[in-house]
Amino acid sequence: MPINYYIFLSIALFCIGIIGVLTRRNAIIIFMCIELMLNAVNLMLVAFSKMHHLAKPADVVAGTDGQLFVFFIMVVAAAEVSVGLAIIVMMYRNIHSVDVNFLNRLKH
Amino acid sequence: MNITHVLFWFLSVLALFSALMVITSRNPVHSVLWLIVTFFAISGHYILLNAQFLAIVNIIVYAGAIMVLFLFVIMLMNLNKSTEPKKNRWLQWAGGIAGLCLMLVLVAALRDSEIKGLEAQVNEGEIGLIKNLGKELFSTYVVPFEISSILFLSAMVGAVVIGKKE
Repeated sequence: MPINYYIFLSIALFCIGIIGVLTRRNAIIIFMCIELMLNAVNLMLVAFSKMHHLAKPADVVAGTDGQLFVFFIMVVAAAEVSVGLAIIVMMYRNIHSVDVNFLNRLKH
Repeated sequence: MNITHVLFWFLSVLALFSALMVITSRNPVHSVLWLIVTFFAISGHYILLNAQFLAIVNIIVYAGAIMVLFLFVIMLMNLNKSTEPKKNRWLQWAGGIAGLCLMLVLVAALRDSEIKGLEAQVNEGEIGLIKNLGKELFSTYVVPFEISSILFLSAMVGAVVIGKKE
């Protein structure tokens, strides 16, 4: 499969995530769009690791590091989600809304 | 056009369509469900690339744990109705146009790059199997692995401290 297809698919998914972050106001949906962008990058890293492996067939571990980076990205994303959702719950408890436009004051 | 190509195009269209539904649906619960469909499509891509370990981890961690956490928070806040106030229409247009411009720039920059003739190996190759990844993870990358466990511990403590009622 040509690597171009994977690059363009990842670009499209990443840009859909960016459009979601820029156009929605609900903090939870903005958070989900960030997850979407992380997954687009993960897909691209896996495709590149398989490309690297095909270029060096003699080396058995060529391209393994790309897939391990994806694994670490998933680990960091899980930690990020737990802390971020705790922050959103606290924000809802204080201002009774998850609208990010109410958060432009940094006070009260 | 063999079965791999058919699967690739099907999964790509499914991923793009469900990603669009994530950002366009009004109800946050529908957004979460469409995001789960997106994650399954991406896991299908991983299986197509023979990265079986990452496909399973993607389903377990993302579609299983993280999305359940999202659904739980949405239902806790009773947000499962379409109460989101409209953003300023001009700001929405500006956001959409900015995202499309970024996509245009990235596609234009990468369209004629020298990576063009290269191929990604599908359906074969052993590096995505759990044996190779495990050997590499516990030999070369053992220090980042241990550090990530500390990261998890601190994230857990942080979530409990932030979420606690004072």
